[in-house]
Amino acid sequence: MALTDIVLQQLVNGLVLGSFYALVALGYTMVFGVVKLLNFAHGEVYMVGGFAGFIVLSLVSGTLGSGWSGVAVSMVLAMIGVGFLGVLIQKIAYQPMLSAPRLSILITALAVSLVLQNAVLGLTGGRYVPFGADLGFGGVNLGNLFISYNQFILVGTAGVLMLSLELFISRTQYGRAMRAVSIDKDMCRLMGIDVNRVIAVTFFLGSGLAAAAGTMAGAYYGSLWYFMGFLIGLKAFTAAVIGGIGSIPGAMLGGLILGLLESFGTQIPGIGSAWKDVFSFSILILVLVFKPTGLLGRSEQERM
Amino acid sequence: MIERSPINSPMGRLQGLWDRPGFRWPALAVVLILLVVAPYLFGPYATVILTNALLYVVLALGLNVVVGYAGLLDLGYAAFFAVGAYTIGIVHHVYGLDFWLTLPIAVLAAAVAGVIIGSPTLRLRSDYLAIVTLGFGEIVRFSARNLDITGGASGISGIERPWIFGWRMQSTLDFYYVFCVLAILAVIASLRLADSRLGRAWLYVRHDEDAAEAMGIDRVKVKLAAYVIGAIYGSIAGAFFAVNLGAISPESFSFQQSVLILMAVILGGMGKVPGVILGAFIVILAPELLRDVGELRLLVFAAGLLLVMLFRPEGIWPSRRR
Repeated sequence: MALTDIVLQQLVNGLVLGSFYALVALGYTMVFGVVKLLNFAHGEVYMVGGFAGFIVLSLVSGTLGSGWSGVAVSMVLAMIGVGFLGVLIQKIAYQPMLSAPRLSILITALAVSLVLQNAVLGLTGGRYVPFGADLGFGGVNLGNLFISYNQFILVGTAGVLMLSLELFISRTQYGRAMRAVSIDKDMCRLMGIDVNRVIAVTFFLGSGLAAAAGTMAGAYYGSLWYFMGFLIGLKAFTAAVIGGIGSIPGAMLGGLILGLLESFGTQIPGIGSAWKDVFSFSILILVLVFKPTGLLGRSEQERM
Repeated sequence: MIERSPINSPMGRLQGLWDRPGFRWPALAVVLILLVVAPYLFGPYATVILTNALLYVVLALGLNVVVGYAGLLDLGYAAFFAVGAYTIGIVHHVYGLDFWLTLPIAVLAAAVAGVIIGSPTLRLRSDYLAIVTLGFGEIVRFSARNLDITGGASGISGIERPWIFGWRMQSTLDFYYVFCVLAILAVIASLRLADSRLGRAWLYVRHDEDAAEAMGIDRVKVKLAAYVIGAIYGSIAGAFFAVNLGAISPESFSFQQSVLILMAVILGGMGKVPGVILGAFIVILAPELLRDVGELRLLVFAAGLLLVMLFRPEGIWPSRRR
C-alpha cells in the first residue's frame, strides 16, 4: 500500500473513532459547562446506552429487521430512555450534592459510575454480549481505499446529531437558557429561568448523545461489554479537554482530533496498537500541563 | 461540614468512651494483644485474610493522606503500589540487589513518579487531578503489561523472600507479623502527620484554599507533599506485597484496585485514622462474610459508597470536632 493510501485509510478510521469520542465528549462538556461537575459516570452512561440499544434492537428486530432501520429505531429509543436515566442520576445523586464540597461530589459521581458498571457486570456476568445487528459489508472502493457504507452512515449520523445540538443550543429558548446558566446560575434564577429544569435538559441531551454513540458502537463493533465505558470515558474527557472543556464546538473538534491522532499514532513505529491508550493519556496530560484551557476554551483562570 | 454523632446514638456512645482518658490506652493494649494472638485464635486461612486487611490498612492510610488530609481525589493510587512492587520485582529479583537496599529505591521511584505527575497537575482544578491520576494509573498498568522487563501480562514470579537479622520471612505467619508492624508504623506516621505543621496546612488548604494561600501557605507545595507522602506509603506496601506473594502481575494494579482502596478510605471516614482502618477491614472482610454475593461484591460496595456520600458524608466512624 502506498503511503497516501495508508494516510487516507487512517483518516477514515480516525473520523469513525473521532465521531464516537466527539459524541461522548459533548456530554462531558455540556454538563461541565452548566453545573461545573465532572460527570465521571458519563462513560458508563455510554455503556448503558449501548445495552439499551441492544435491548430495543432485540425487541424490534422481528418487525424491522436488524439492519440499519432497526438500529436507527433502537438508537432513538435508547437515546430517549438513557436521556431520562441521565436526568434520574442527576436528581438522585448530583442535585443534593451541588452545594457540598467539591471532593464529595466527585466521589459521588465515581460511586454512580461504579454502581452502573457493576450492575451491568452482574446482569451480564462480565461476558461480551453480541449486539446482533446485521449491517452487511458493502462499501465503496476508491483505488486501494475501502470505505464501508457503515462508516459513511456512522460519521453522517454523528454529524447530524452534532449539528442538531448546535442548532438547539444556538437557536432555541432552552439553548439560550443553557448558555446563560453556564455563565451565571444565580443571575439566571433572578431572571426567572428554571435553573433545575435547564440542568435536567442538559443531562438529558448529554446522556442521549452518549447513548447514540453507545448504540452505534455496539452495531459497528458487534459486541458490548460492561467495562466498555471506562476507556471511552477517559478518552472522551481527553477530547473535551483538548477542545476546551465547557466549549461545545471544542468537544466536537477535540473528539475528531483525538480520533485522528490515535489512528495515526498506531502507525508510528514503536507506538503500535499496544501503546495506543498510553499515547492518548499522554496527550491528555500534556494538554492539561501546557494548555489547560484547550483549543477553544474560555481562558478564565479558575482554581478550585 | 463534619458533624458530631449525637451523644446518645450507639456510635456517639462509642465516641464518648473513646474520649474518656482512662479508656484509650487499655483499649489499645487489647487491640495489640488481639493482633498478636489472632493467628492462633482464627487459624491459617484467617491469617492470610488478616494479612491482606493489614496491607489495605497501609494502602488506605497512604491514600488517606492524599484524599482525607489534603482533599485531593486520586483515582490511580494503585500505580504507586505498582511502582513499589515492580521496583522490587525488577531491581531485587531480576538484578539481585538485596531487598533492604531495594526498598529505598522503590520509595525514591514512587516519590519521583509522584512529583512528575503531581507538580504539573496540582496547579489545576482538583477535578483534573482525579482524571490525570486515573490516566496515570492506566499508563502504569499498560506499561507493566507491554514492557519486557516487567514480564508482560504474566508479570514477575519467584521473587525471593527477604532476610532480616539472619531470619528469613517465609511463612504466612511471618508475613502476618511483618504487616502488623507496617500497619502500626503507618498508623503512627499518619497520626503524627495530622498533628504536624504540614497536617495543619492540609486542613487549612482543604477547607479554604484561597484563605490558606493568603495566610502564606504554598498550596501547590503542600498538596505535592501530600501526594508524594501518599506515594511513599503505596510503594512500601507494594514492596512488601511483592515479597509476600512472590509473584506480581499487572492485573493486581488495576483501576478496581485503586477504587477498592479509595472505598476503604471513604466508607470508614476519610481523614480519620480509626475510620480508615475500619474501612480497610470492611473492604477485605466483607467479601469473606458475603461469600454468596460473589462478583457483585463491588456493586454492594459501590451502592454503599453512594449511600455514604448521600447520607453520611463523614463516613461510618463518628467524627470529632476538627
